[in-house]
Amino acid sequence: MAETVLKIENLGISFGGLKAVQGLNMEIREKELYGLVGPNGAGKTTVFNMITGVYKPTTGKFYLCGEDLTGKSQETINHKGIARTFQNIRLFNNMTVVRNVMVGLHNQPEYKCGLFTSMLRLPRHFKVEKKMREHAKQILEVVGLLEERNNLACNLPYGKQRKLEIARALATNPKLLCLDEPAAGMNPHETQELMDIIRLIREKFNVTILLIEHDMKFVSGLCDEITVLNFGTVLAQGDTKTALQDPEVVKAYIGG
Amino acid sequence: MSKLKNIKWKQYIVYLVLVAVACYFGVFGLQQNLNRSTTILLEKAAVAMILAVSLNLVVGFLGELSLGHAGFMCVGAYLGAKTALALTAAMGPGNELLVLVICLLVGGVAAAACGVIIGLPALRLRGDYLAIVTLAFGEIVRSLFENLPDEMFGGSLGQQSVRYDRYQLFIIGFVLVILTLAVLQNLIRSKHGRAVTSIRDSEIAARACGINVTKYKLLVFTVSAFFAGIAGVLFSFTQNKVQPTTFDYNYSIEILVMVVLGGMGSLNGSLIAAVLITYLNEELQIVLTGDLAVLRGLLYALVMILLIIYRNAPALKGFREKWNMKRFIDRMRKHDPAKIHDDEAKWDRVPTKIMVDEVLSVDIQTSSPYTPDKRKKEED
Amino acid sequence: MKLLETLLNGLSSGSTYAMIALGYTMVYGIAKMLNFAHGDVIMVGGYTLYVSAVMMGIHPLLALLLAIICCAVLGVTIEKLAYKPLRGASPLAVLITAIGMSYLLQSVAQMIFGSADRMVRLFDLGRITVGSMQISTYTIITLACSAVIMAGLSLFVKYTRIGRAMIAVSEDKDAAQLMGINVNFIITITFAIGSALAAFAGFFMVLKSPPVNSTLGAMPGIKAFTAAVIGGIGSIPGAMLGGILMGIVESFAQTNPVIAPFTVAIEFSILIVILLVRPSGILGKKRREKV
Repeated sequence: MAETVLKIENLGISFGGLKAVQGLNMEIREKELYGLVGPNGAGKTTVFNMITGVYKPTTGKFYLCGEDLTGKSQETINHKGIARTFQNIRLFNNMTVVRNVMVGLHNQPEYKCGLFTSMLRLPRHFKVEKKMREHAKQILEVVGLLEERNNLACNLPYGKQRKLEIARALATNPKLLCLDEPAAGMNPHETQELMDIIRLIREKFNVTILLIEHDMKFVSGLCDEITVLNFGTVLAQGDTKTALQDPEVVKAYIGG
Repeated sequence: MSKLKNIKWKQYIVYLVLVAVACYFGVFGLQQNLNRSTTILLEKAAVAMILAVSLNLVVGFLGELSLGHAGFMCVGAYLGAKTALALTAAMGPGNELLVLVICLLVGGVAAAACGVIIGLPALRLRGDYLAIVTLAFGEIVRSLFENLPDEMFGGSLGQQSVRYDRYQLFIIGFVLVILTLAVLQNLIRSKHGRAVTSIRDSEIAARACGINVTKYKLLVFTVSAFFAGIAGVLFSFTQNKVQPTTFDYNYSIEILVMVVLGGMGSLNGSLIAAVLITYLNEELQIVLTGDLAVLRGLLYALVMILLIIYRNAPALKGFREKWNMKRFIDRMRKHDPAKIHDDEAKWDRVPTKIMVDEVLSVDIQTSSPYTPDKRKKEED
Repeated sequence: MKLLETLLNGLSSGSTYAMIALGYTMVYGIAKMLNFAHGDVIMVGGYTLYVSAVMMGIHPLLALLLAIICCAVLGVTIEKLAYKPLRGASPLAVLITAIGMSYLLQSVAQMIFGSADRMVRLFDLGRITVGSMQISTYTIITLACSAVIMAGLSLFVKYTRIGRAMIAVSEDKDAAQLMGINVNFIITITFAIGSALAAFAGFFMVLKSPPVNSTLGAMPGIKAFTAAVIGGIGSIPGAMLGGILMGIVESFAQTNPVIAPFTVAIEFSILIVILLVRPSGILGKKRREKV
């Protein structure tokens, strides 16, 4: 059995009286592709927001590789190794593609460069910048955006913007990569391509992936295990095929 | 030889221009051949350039509006003048340059300390709220210096200051401009500058990328305030007396106008606009005397409004894209407009940090599922 | 007794601030912008009173009516000319345009009337003696009028069709438009009401001290804006509360000779402290950005 990367224990949050998520337990093992599915408003993005530190959970805890990260700030959680993308794309629009990725590389220890080194433009500054750019290009190559590297991020088409978000998150060298609806707004061809990229990323970067998706074909084709949420509670959990055939899940999706 | 070729000469043109201007006038200055108005203009331009460039760091690169830049300058000017008086008395003549350097440091560090104080609310507040806090800060500083007992800072009459030789001071001013520009430019073109611009473009995404937003916001406010303080000290050396009325709210706005006119996120633009506005101020002061002096304000206001509307109005977007200088130049150079190699903020895509987050309320409570309500959470 | 007198003075100048703050807050709530030129609308109101009541000799109350109309028209014109083209553009651009507009109004006023003060003496208001206390009639008039106006405004927003449409627009402009509300019309009305309130504030200010000049509205404008932010910008009761708080602090600070020179510093420090403790003001509501 591979090592557990993310462990969620009884996680819950309420906004006012509304219990957005409650009693969530999950365990994601190393190099797993884990899916979080559920109808609109089921609380999937809220789970993401909790495990990346945007919201502080009201109950429960979560652990990354055994370390309790509950209630830590977004920055700390990112440093510890959870990176995410956003459902509504949030790129640095006034920057070029390659620079977007370089922002992701900002905190990597090998690219440490003090403030005064930068202000005085000491040789280390140039060395670091060059290495960062090379590294960023490598990441862009994996997601297939190398050609676009000098375009402004806001000029990219929608599908490529999503890929750039993935590249930027990868640049922070995460143990766990959280993708929030990566295939939203993509056509079938692009979706297929994205599935290949996600598999490639898992192999190349040795990263565990947690993703939210609506497209059932995408989920069943990609994920090893899933958790199905509805109204903030777990409907079914486990191996993708079995979980999707669970009568509760079918009911929630198809109705009746 | 190949190394020389790798240097991007374009980046350094602005330094060359500044050095050339300083040398050109410097030669005349050292021969004492300059007339009084030219030296005053050069001094004022140097002060304005430092102010505009340092404000641009906050407004253009961090994307937060600061309306209290004159406040930082005020701190620098008063402390600079006070230190200069004390040092000149203590050290006697012959040490002018040393006195100046010490004063610059004192004024700059004091202003930077104020920058930290203003940076702290900046961590919690954004947009409109931060703008009003900076405005309040400027007013507080000015009214404190004006109303403290006369023995301390001269009260409403102003603080005595040491006026340095006007034939040489502007050269020092230009050296300071070049230093300021170099530090800010290097900061912006480094990974740290990239982090700052990423906060401007999307604070949430920057946090998600592990950028320490707290650190960089404080850094930007501190650095910006430091250079505003330096500008203040330089200003105090160009005056016989530092008067509190100089640093009022309108002065902060004038600096903001320079930044807006030059283009947010463009340091060179700020430099040009600062020189232009200082020059116009001087010229118009001569031409428009008496009641006509009002025309100057009228002109600025009109130019500012029309420029902003022209550059930002959504309705004029098509027109702007068809008729703009950049496109024209690009066509001349057969340049592909899609490829842009700079982090310069485009005006029509300037950050929208100012939050649109409050609603008119009488007593209706709103709650959306994504609005965590603190008070209610505690009741649970 | 002295205390009560100070309190009353504070309340009356506070209600003037509250009037101005209401203009800021309503425009912010509806159009989501800071109307920096609002303070200068007060100044235009002051000059209108000067022209009509002093130069032309119209009855002061009619002059007030004229000032209200002038200010409302001016407010709407500013909105149409300067702010409307920028709707949908970066908020920073709108803010800077508003600052430019404020400059423009001041310069135009200075061009027409010069920089010298113009005296506007409307009524000869005496003082009323209650027990051992002397209260100026101005204080009472201001308090009474502003109480009526603010109550009226609250009722208007709460119970009329237009008022409810205003709340709808402030909640969600696009949704309101889809529900058939004429958003442009509501914004126009908001600017008209806000500017009319500014005219009232101008009237009260002139009653208190007659000299009018081109920067009449600048400092009260900034203070009222501060008051609106303290109360929680976008909230009508917040603006009233903030304004009155501001007035009381001011009047108490000014009675003490030692701290009187630092009144401005104290007022703005309160702003900073309140914003740090409650980043959205006393009665303001916090809305988190959706992630």
